[in-house]
Amino acid sequence: MSTTTYVRAINAALAAAMRADERVFVMGEDVAEGGPYTATAGLAEEFGTERVRNTPISEAAICGVAIGAAQSGLRPVLEIMFIDFITLALDQLVNQAAKAHSMSGGQLRVPLVVRTQGGAGQRGGAQHSQSLESWLTHIPGLKVVMPATAADAAGLLASAIADPNPVVFVENKALYFKREELPENPPAVAIGSARTVRAGGDLTIVATSAMVGEALAAAEGLAAEGVEAEVIDPRTLVPLDLDAIVRSTERTGRLVVAHEAVRFGGFGAEIAAEVAAVAFDSLDAPIERVGAPFAPIPLSPGLEDAYLPGAQEIYSAARATLGLAAVR
Amino acid sequence: MSEPGPAPILPSSAALDAPAALALLRTMWRIRVFEERVGVLKRADEVYGLIHLSIGGEGVAAAVCTQLRDDDLVYSGHRAHGHAIAKGAPPDRILAELMGRSDGLCHGLGGSMHLVDVEHGLMGATGVVGGNIPLALGSALAARLSGGEEVAVVFFGDGAVQAGHFNESINLAALWRLPVILVCENNGFAEFTPRSAHTIVERVCDVVAPYGLERETVDGNDVEAVWEAFGRFLGVARGGEGPLLLECLTYRLRGHYEGDPTQYREALAAEEWQQRDPIMRLARRGAAAGWFAAEEVEAAEREAREAVEAAVGFARQSPYPGVELIEELVYAGAQA
Repeated sequence: MSTTTYVRAINAALAAAMRADERVFVMGEDVAEGGPYTATAGLAEEFGTERVRNTPISEAAICGVAIGAAQSGLRPVLEIMFIDFITLALDQLVNQAAKAHSMSGGQLRVPLVVRTQGGAGQRGGAQHSQSLESWLTHIPGLKVVMPATAADAAGLLASAIADPNPVVFVENKALYFKREELPENPPAVAIGSARTVRAGGDLTIVATSAMVGEALAAAEGLAAEGVEAEVIDPRTLVPLDLDAIVRSTERTGRLVVAHEAVRFGGFGAEIAAEVAAVAFDSLDAPIERVGAPFAPIPLSPGLEDAYLPGAQEIYSAARATLGLAAVR
Repeated sequence: MSEPGPAPILPSSAALDAPAALALLRTMWRIRVFEERVGVLKRADEVYGLIHLSIGGEGVAAAVCTQLRDDDLVYSGHRAHGHAIAKGAPPDRILAELMGRSDGLCHGLGGSMHLVDVEHGLMGATGVVGGNIPLALGSALAARLSGGEEVAVVFFGDGAVQAGHFNESINLAALWRLPVILVCENNGFAEFTPRSAHTIVERVCDVVAPYGLERETVDGNDVEAVWEAFGRFLGVARGGEGPLLLECLTYRLRGHYEGDPTQYREALAAEEWQQRDPIMRLARRGAAAGWFAAEEVEAAEREAREAVEAAVGFARQSPYPGVELIEELVYAGAQA
């Protein structure tokens, strides 16, 4: 075990994949320089700029190039620097990558990883802070992965690179420099398996990405009041480990779903609807959803802090499922 | 790598000869007859979806694809039948695809705008104008990184040139000097409006001029000219150099899609079309050069008609796919 960070775990997983398979290469804006968060730092020095390729600021073209390379036998890992910029690559991702295998009757394969990062809290403003993952979960053919810890980031990135399908790997900038103990060679984590982060029998909290830590903090507050929350991190949104969520909810009878993305139309709505459909009889209270307000992310610190959901909102939602007032 | 080097020196052109000319004639006839038949089938509701025909522009597909190998990777757009046939995709399986049948190239999941035949290096056609261009760059990059001498070729119309991904792709291809040949079929119309309504730059070669890439504008209905120009470009790309742009001025005899009333332009006079028709032109040229006898020209057409009728029979008897196919191929499984 050694101390590392989420971003260093990603960096190490990239290097390990590139050492193991010469078809793996990295491309994106400024990747040879390490990128704005050092995710690819040092890779160009080890693997050269043919395999760690800087690109122009051309999200549509570089995404298309990565797809073409993938269906021609390579295993590209494309970095879209901010998920906000994935808007520019969506034709390639949605109309080409996601559909190539099916539309070709199974002839084409696109073993592509698109690494990108979202998340607010760093005063990045409305175009550098969003959580847009729910758009991508609506596209059959894409897999969507959203790790909350360094161990999962490393383990899921290894699985994403090995996957024969296009995988969008959504990191969170607020997690990049959090410290964590990790083994030298962290094990691969299967895409599509949820993780029970905290066991508890009174209610279930499903949280993604940075909200996992917030859910744990909320669970501590609840524990002080004698309420034991189970916290589940789906880790991958597509495919979703619905079974794990349903099993837990059937046991606890109460469910809170929390994500940083705008609540309306967010992925939490899908989880809530799926659980309600199969476990309605087990529910003792309406499902609560926690997410951001329906507004662009504001810049001013007081506004952004108020905008971002966190432990307080999850705690209040949990109390609501227990029929308790939302005060702390 | 980002240093723009000197433009590649083109090898001297190989002249068209009798065997190559006959191959072109046969390919063009196969495309012509196939597409005329598809037009009839469309009116009878036997083929599905939007059908875009390339009748009148067969020379470009033939001149380009007959010089390629199966491992050269070709991307096409919504007007893809000719490229698919010329690249070697079997017409019966193309037609079965247009008819939504199990034996179609894509088992009925793709259709006219999404023909794929990986075995023959047809890597995909896209219905999003210009969206295929960066994919071809990716295939060229794969060839470069794996050290192969295969090339990537992408067909697109002049309508794609005004899209952002075209400019992004040209910049990137030139920056990385990728061995990709961009073949623009400039038929003067982007969907229903003339090129002059889309841009003030008439020639696509002029659009890419600042990047310094090797480029040439040819009469796309002069199949010999296309064949020779593409042959020179292919020599460069085989050597790992590029990108190159071949602009073929051609003519779309039909509307944008089958059923398009084409009220936006005057029909070409029959005599003028006789002069322009790439098949008739090559037949006249070949007769004058002594490349083929009259019987061979007739046989090319007859064989095409027989092959297309056989394809219609094949496609009609192919079953429709079962509904289990809807969700079966959404994700690829681990490779066997």
